[in-house]
Amino acid sequence: MHIKLKVWRQSNSNTKGDFENYSLDNVSPDMSFLEMFDVLNEQLIEEGKEPVAFDHDCREGICGMCSMYINGRPHGPLKGVTTCQLHMRSFSDGDTIVVEPWRAQAFPVIKDLVVDRDAFDRVISAGGFVSVNTGNAQDANSLPIPKVAADEAFAAAACIACGACVAACKNASAMLFVSAKISQLALLPQGQAERSIRAEKMVAQMDAEGFGNCTNTGACSAECPKEIGQENIARMNREYIGAKLSSTAV
Amino acid sequence: MSWFSQTLTSSIGKKLLMALTGLFLISFLVIHATINAMIFYNDGGETFTHWGHFMGTNPIVRTLEIGLIAGFVLHIADGFILWKNNSDARPIKYAVNNPSANSTWYSRSMGLLGTLLLIFLVIHTAHFWIPNRSNQFATGEELNLYQMMLDIFQNPIVVIIYVLGCISLFWHLLHGFKSAFQTLGLNHIKYNGAINFLGTAFSIVIPILFALMPISIYLGWVN
Amino acid sequence: MATSSSLDAKIPQGPIETKWSKYKSSVPLVNPANKRNLEIIVVGTGLAGASAAATLAEMGYKVKAFCFQDSPRRAHSIAAQGGINAAKNYQNDGDSVYRLFYDTIKGGDYRAREGNVHRLAEVSGNIIDQCVAAGVPFAREYGGLLSNRSFGGTQVQRTFYAAGQTGQQLLLGAYSGLQRQVGMGTVQMYNRHEMLDVVNIDGKCRGIIARNLITGEIERHGGHAVLLCTGGYGNVFYLSTNAMGSNVTAAWKAHKRGAYFGNPCFTQIHPTCIPVSGEHQSKLTLMSESLRNDGRIWVPKAKNDTRPGNEIPEEERDYYLERRYPAFGNLVPRDIASRAAKERCDAGYGVGSSKLAVFLDFAAAVERYGRGEANKNNIANASKEDITTWGKAVVKEKYGNLFDMYKQITGEDPYEVPMRIYPAVHYTMGGLWVDYNLMTTVPGLYALGEANFSDHGANRLGASALMQGLADGYFVIPYTIGSYLAKEIGTGKIPTDHPEFVRVEKEVKDRIDTLMSIQGKTSPELFHRRLGKIMWDKCGMARNQQGLKEAIIEIRELRKEFWRDVKVMGGKDEFNPELDKAGRVADFIELGELMCIDALTREESCGGHFREEHQTEEGEALRDDENFMFVSAWEHKAQEEWELHKEELIYENIKIAQRSYK
Repeated sequence: MHIKLKVWRQSNSNTKGDFENYSLDNVSPDMSFLEMFDVLNEQLIEEGKEPVAFDHDCREGICGMCSMYINGRPHGPLKGVTTCQLHMRSFSDGDTIVVEPWRAQAFPVIKDLVVDRDAFDRVISAGGFVSVNTGNAQDANSLPIPKVAADEAFAAAACIACGACVAACKNASAMLFVSAKISQLALLPQGQAERSIRAEKMVAQMDAEGFGNCTNTGACSAECPKEIGQENIARMNREYIGAKLSSTAV
Repeated sequence: MSWFSQTLTSSIGKKLLMALTGLFLISFLVIHATINAMIFYNDGGETFTHWGHFMGTNPIVRTLEIGLIAGFVLHIADGFILWKNNSDARPIKYAVNNPSANSTWYSRSMGLLGTLLLIFLVIHTAHFWIPNRSNQFATGEELNLYQMMLDIFQNPIVVIIYVLGCISLFWHLLHGFKSAFQTLGLNHIKYNGAINFLGTAFSIVIPILFALMPISIYLGWVN
Repeated sequence: MATSSSLDAKIPQGPIETKWSKYKSSVPLVNPANKRNLEIIVVGTGLAGASAAATLAEMGYKVKAFCFQDSPRRAHSIAAQGGINAAKNYQNDGDSVYRLFYDTIKGGDYRAREGNVHRLAEVSGNIIDQCVAAGVPFAREYGGLLSNRSFGGTQVQRTFYAAGQTGQQLLLGAYSGLQRQVGMGTVQMYNRHEMLDVVNIDGKCRGIIARNLITGEIERHGGHAVLLCTGGYGNVFYLSTNAMGSNVTAAWKAHKRGAYFGNPCFTQIHPTCIPVSGEHQSKLTLMSESLRNDGRIWVPKAKNDTRPGNEIPEEERDYYLERRYPAFGNLVPRDIASRAAKERCDAGYGVGSSKLAVFLDFAAAVERYGRGEANKNNIANASKEDITTWGKAVVKEKYGNLFDMYKQITGEDPYEVPMRIYPAVHYTMGGLWVDYNLMTTVPGLYALGEANFSDHGANRLGASALMQGLADGYFVIPYTIGSYLAKEIGTGKIPTDHPEFVRVEKEVKDRIDTLMSIQGKTSPELFHRRLGKIMWDKCGMARNQQGLKEAIIEIRELRKEFWRDVKVMGGKDEFNPELDKAGRVADFIELGELMCIDALTREESCGGHFREEHQTEEGEALRDDENFMFVSAWEHKAQEEWELHKEELIYENIKIAQRSYK
């Protein structure tokens, strides 16, 4: 296959970036999208140019590190797939592919296609946990959890924090990410003790990070590589409103 | 900041305010459409004027009207704040974007549709509500709204503006109705179908009903 | 190469059942006020690192944690699929601490340390309790209790799981605990930082030199103890199931500063991976061992049979694992399953275009589950199509994400045609040598999780890596570190302007300058590929004396060429993945040499280490307990020069036997 690429290049967060055009021959349809970038980078090194920086690690769709906005969509054209699991067979010979970094105030560009997603860690630090110190736990089977609740919590917990939801949302809202964690812990008995305070603190941190507001377009779920559903955002809204109305924090 | 204002100024609080005022305005649309639909009795405006008089003079309704204005103002102001926040959240736009792959155009265009509706609202209130209330204020007398309708809707441009307003309303409601439920956290596999059906039906019926009024008058079906 | 006397692993005295509990109740403690003044550096935030950092911070220590990824949650523990073992005996099938201990020692082909493994089995249950309490959504039965599945090398069901994403869920559990401490200010988190050296002062480890990967700044960090939780070194083979960033650099730097490297040649080749599809391949993807619960592995009985798997009739299939190992069948341990696949492919029975693959077939499971569904719903005369549909639905529920991943990568639908699989490098049992306290041979420098050599002997059983990582981090190090730090309460803050810090920092900077200045013709990536090929061909699934000797020479040549001809683009004071990669590849090359030396020295076959010269007539690994029942701990002396230290393995509780799964 022959592929033309238009890739965002930016030296660091303080400089303005721009697109550069590249052309690649001998792209195999069995290559993953990132392997195609490996080939591009080898080519650039041979030409004495600086290779394109992009985030990637596990290359099996679970670490959440890869983050490319491909032809106007996060992680490219397929549903439920991360960039690393996208293969060139999803494109045609002669295609021009435009690749940009995630765009959001809360995700500043570090270099080329690499963005800073520390905001997500800070949101988790605000309350995305159960406060249980090591050694405090009771026997794992002492508290039965209905399979339906466990499965639903798992579906929410499958979030990989790649940020595609933010990237896809026209408002750069992080509500799908935040709601996935709030949902997971709200659905499990272990999360009950801190249920209210968690919703309040995580939402407050999310707002402080400069993400936009949700307008329920559903783009986040549609583009989520783990297909986290909209019901989680509804649950977060319930949790938050309920917490604000009932908690004793004034 | 008190917990209350903190709640309402949070991201979810702003959404909540949008949803609650939106649903309140939806309830207003029901009443507004119902009473205006009295013109279809085609009885020279008798039924319509009867109910119009009730709505224009009943002290409870008049008090509620203050709430209605507040509802509009909040919905509009909150909408502008959200629009500002949301565009600030992405200062650099994508060079190539394909949002139609993941969402409907009207769900992404609530601000635009809302602005169109706001323009329509200005025109519409300038036609009826403002002259009527000013007159009431000045003289204590109500205007003959029925006759005003018959007059105003003789102008084909006005009719087209009203129809366009109704089309904007259709798209705005088509997303807004369901969206309000989602924002309130009312998303449940058992009831989502009903909410969707109701939302779609409402978004179709109400704007059609409204649009039929200027059209019917213009075409002389109602006189 | 010289050899010297044996090493002391500091295993507590007494019967195996009470070693750990006695140790715990007698280990020196550090009082809370003193803990606040003791700083611990944790490098790596996978299961071991995140759990250790969080737990130590909960206890009151000041913790600094480092990871090279953009977030601690990205560590490669996240990719573990199948599950985590624990001797809970919830299934009432005869499991016990002793049995988990026994299975692990036997699975490790009698090359693991009894004391450590028994401790691991003892704390395994606590791990599950801890994770459930932290909100990890393990799979459950309809009654609300935890579900288990079976894994290779065992005859009980003791594996806890969360669909095919157990590692993810466990890591996110540990990560959330870590982020909680970060939020409280008790852990200082350094994302996108890579440790480039350790600093020893007066014989004790006192800190690290790290590079801020965004700015390129070289930083000094002092601490009273340093914990390396940096994972394994499978990427020395270039192609492996490890993440692209997984590397040996931290462990290797520690090794060069005095920490012995234990059993470097013990690498695990996982039997069920997606086969290589072409030259461009950058990594391999594992298909969880849990698939062997329901999938049957086979090759055609005829050589060069090119028909698609689903068109080959039953009688023309060779279910070679079931044939060779009737007792364990498809659930033999990984080393055995891998070698058996290699044996069939080498003999010419491989499938697929490369002929380097065998089938993993779910047709039988689909039918079995389909019938089960029919029975459950009281449907007597279900059609074959219905049974297949229901069966597929059950298989989808159990392994859906794995099947999707397979389809995504290969473009084939595994619900219709059997999967093609082939072994791939997956895990390294070897690592930094540690004693019972998890301390390396450098006082104050610890190694946890896959980064140490300790618990898996010559072969790791499935679902035991997650167990070990969390055991080390949650339940072992919090106790054992006390025995060292109790003596450090008078030390005071570690001064990072000490001459040793200055000297090591300068060495780190000089090395970076050298890497940047060579400006040869070959990218680090290409060197890595070449190293990988040498390692896979000559130090892979099967090894022999001649190949290893050749490999050592080739690797030494490669190293020289690297330092002559590497080309690193970009600058050193900026975000530069090429520079990161160059440093890692340089360390991999040195490690590769030691692995080959270790493999050459170990004149026996055991677990994942298969020397062709040492096999039974049936082609099984032939151990030499007389001469090799020891841990090889290598001390780095100089370039190309190591000294071998031996830790004798003493089995007081387990009867050594020829490992048999027949």
